[in-house]
Amino acid sequence: MQWMSRLPRRAWLLIGYAAAAAALFSAPLYLNDFRLNLLAKCLAFAIVALGLDLLWGYTGILSLGHGVFFGLGAYAMAMHLKLAAGGSRIPDFMGWMGLTKLPWFWEPFKSFAFAAAMGLILPSALALLLGFFTFRNRIRGVYFTILTQALVIITVTLFVGQQAYTGGTNGLTGYTKLFGYSLTSGTAKTMAYLATAAALLAAFAVCRHLVNSRFGKVLRAIRDGENRTRFLGYDPAYYQMAVFAVSAGLAGLAGMLFVLHVGIISPTMMAIVPSIELVLLVAIGGRGTLIGAVIGAILLTQAKSQLSASYPDFWLFLLGALFIVVTVFMPGGIVGLIRQARQAILRRRSENEITLDSIVSKSNGVV
Amino acid sequence: MEIWISQLFNGLSVSSILLLIALGLAVTFGLMRVINMAHGEFIMIGAYGAYMTQQIFKSALPKSLFDAYFPVALLASFVLAFAIGYLLEVTLIRFLYGRPLDSLLATWGVGLMLQQLARTIFGAPNVAVSSPTWLDGGWALMPGVVLPYKRLFIIALVAFCLFAMYLYIYRSNAGRRMRAVMQNRDMAACLGISTRRVDAFTFAIGSGIAGIAGCALTLIGPIGPSIGTYYIVDAFMVVVLGGVGKLVGTVAGALGIGVFNTLFEWWTDASLGKVLVFLCIVAFLQWKPMGMFAVRSRSLDG
Amino acid sequence: MKSPSILSCQKVTVSFDGFKAVQEMSLELASGELRFLIGPNGAGKTTMLDAICGKVKPAGGVVEFHGRKGTVDVTRRKEHEIAQLGIGRKFQTPSIFSGLTVEENLEIAMAQNRGVWATLRAAMTKADRERVDAELELIGLEDKKRLRAGLLSHGEKQWLEIGMMLLQEPEILLLDEPVAGMTDKETDKTGELLREIVRKRTVVVVEHDMEFVRNFASKVTVMHEGKLLKEGSMDEVQRDDRVAEVYLGRKRRDYDAVGSTA
Repeated sequence: MQWMSRLPRRAWLLIGYAAAAAALFSAPLYLNDFRLNLLAKCLAFAIVALGLDLLWGYTGILSLGHGVFFGLGAYAMAMHLKLAAGGSRIPDFMGWMGLTKLPWFWEPFKSFAFAAAMGLILPSALALLLGFFTFRNRIRGVYFTILTQALVIITVTLFVGQQAYTGGTNGLTGYTKLFGYSLTSGTAKTMAYLATAAALLAAFAVCRHLVNSRFGKVLRAIRDGENRTRFLGYDPAYYQMAVFAVSAGLAGLAGMLFVLHVGIISPTMMAIVPSIELVLLVAIGGRGTLIGAVIGAILLTQAKSQLSASYPDFWLFLLGALFIVVTVFMPGGIVGLIRQARQAILRRRSENEITLDSIVSKSNGVV
Repeated sequence: MEIWISQLFNGLSVSSILLLIALGLAVTFGLMRVINMAHGEFIMIGAYGAYMTQQIFKSALPKSLFDAYFPVALLASFVLAFAIGYLLEVTLIRFLYGRPLDSLLATWGVGLMLQQLARTIFGAPNVAVSSPTWLDGGWALMPGVVLPYKRLFIIALVAFCLFAMYLYIYRSNAGRRMRAVMQNRDMAACLGISTRRVDAFTFAIGSGIAGIAGCALTLIGPIGPSIGTYYIVDAFMVVVLGGVGKLVGTVAGALGIGVFNTLFEWWTDASLGKVLVFLCIVAFLQWKPMGMFAVRSRSLDG
Repeated sequence: MKSPSILSCQKVTVSFDGFKAVQEMSLELASGELRFLIGPNGAGKTTMLDAICGKVKPAGGVVEFHGRKGTVDVTRRKEHEIAQLGIGRKFQTPSIFSGLTVEENLEIAMAQNRGVWATLRAAMTKADRERVDAELELIGLEDKKRLRAGLLSHGEKQWLEIGMMLLQEPEILLLDEPVAGMTDKETDKTGELLREIVRKRTVVVVEHDMEFVRNFASKVTVMHEGKLLKEGSMDEVQRDDRVAEVYLGRKRRDYDAVGSTA
């Protein structure tokens, strides 16, 4: 009987998703090139935010290293684009550094399929590796978080230092075409946008499936009491490794799409500040809710592009203040505020009819 | 042989600064379970404190007194960082106790704002602080090995701070109260210890020591608004490696990271050296996940 | 021996930074037995349970478990492996997952394949549904099944945790002070639950509440300062002089010793 009373709610959710999807896919019809490009960036960040939310909001693991996974995906795609732009010549910066031959690990990136696969596999594999050496030994909480931050520092230092292979501080830029089409044409931009929107919807569907499955329940159990899950017979390490890898893979996917829209990737884009900004996307929208991650990513990326260009100083103050306000005053983020408001209204409307149980059971269905 | 000695000496001097920074971090994390990402900015505050002291000496006092600026600057840096630390604890940190990850994000925001504030006041470019003349030159240990007085002075300064900290934590009444709160907050409160005051005071002391570190850094090179970010992650690695709750862990962690960082960077290059140090830390944690000196607890999910 | 042994701890020693919380403690459990573990504060009762379920690794001794899957020395296994072998543990403070609903708590506690792949594909079958519902009825939380477990009262949390332990279907259940902090009414209900539980499995209960222990005619093991002091029926234990000394402190010296380890 329970599902019948939930049916209307389900229907509403479906209608909401359909409307959101329709709005996303029709955006090229009513947005100009600049706006479309900005929205595409927002959607790419929304994909990272989803992954981070799985990790932080649902499993309780805070990674400050997602810039690295994002960057690895971006570099994989950028390497392919760079090779595609140069034709048979080696990339310009290699020549300046005195290389005469393409390094062996650049060779396979001539294939788009290989580059795209690497954009997902490299971040996931790195996450699995780091997870294997930390979670299995019960290194967690802030210890893990600090290690991820150290990962950012060493990766950035490595990418800057190995200039001949990575392009150093300048990063990789100057791409012209993909699949033989010019990247600057309107059609290519629209296609890139649509690909991003589709990727976001797919990522959302996958995350939704994950958090609603029993796997997702175990993740939340690990967040609430990691050691307790051990005595139920679960080994949290493998769950943490799995969700970390998925999360890193999503960041890699976002990075690949980001490069298409922005046309450059450099070590500064995966450094400490951008990495921690990714966390803010989730915190603002509302950790532990998937829709919150998406909302937060879209809002904050919009705000950043508006403010950071015209008032760079003010933007940094605002960013700092946002971190403080969100963590101290609204740990539930925007979605948390909306829920509180809704519950307050419901309670006022019918003080006696609504019991705590029904409110809670309703809010538990929300993703 | 000579080069080995110089490298080891460099490592030791890097370690000593790391130690000064990590001391405050270890104490605040051990005591309040708060990760203070703005700790690096207290280094910056200390450094600018020294810079301002020097400006005052340059403009307002006779030239013959100039060399005396440094002791005054040390004190000024400590007091300035202490005061701002106290203020931060009272206004923000106390709302974040027992929420390490949230405290990490909120204090990162504080750090960002402090950096931006420094940029607004002092300008974005680095500024140079000229060292007192009595620290010029070095001690010729043997042919080919000269140990700069500045670095020797820093090592001595750190040793002094460490000793003072040891006396404070293990020999004074205030330190005993602090350890009591660290081990059992509720019980300490029941015994009439004002845990609020202990927390605020301890946090401020940690910040003050970071201020001293900032002042010491002005001897080594120019300073800028983001000077703290160069050291903060390494300092956190010291805490992770050394474990929380014991002074000796922090000392060992700082020595390990400082010396190995210098040696690896010497053997390979700056970028690979950092990677190697990170790998060594992760490898070490395989063996001792809670750091070198961990305090065991019986709680299930602490 | 009447029934075959299911767990035999031999000379188990647990040390915390040099302090020996349990010293050469031996404990033999027969299959299907209900055993109470009592003793003054600091006697090492909880630590003994910790050693059996793998929370602490003993410095010496063996803990042999003769379960469905053959004889295993559990001191060499990790916590989750021990739990999968069939040893369940309930901690003193209720440790349920506060962010999950009552139902979800039971769902993940249910005996099942606990690998990542298995839970990714797991669906709530009709049989699962029935198991969870039956358990909800037993612990009396049917009408709160969609409530977040963090909102339950202390007693309800304890029952939920006992329900989780039962769904886990362990062969041995280790309960640490299941009635601590409960009202009389709640204690009675827990007693009933306990009788239900012991029908099918071996249970070890650490308890301070002597009234509660007396309600069950079963074997009692008394620990003191990490060692075995006395084993027998409640009557035998109560008549024992040394036990009386430890509990009532008739001799001053012993009383001090109890106080210092507490």
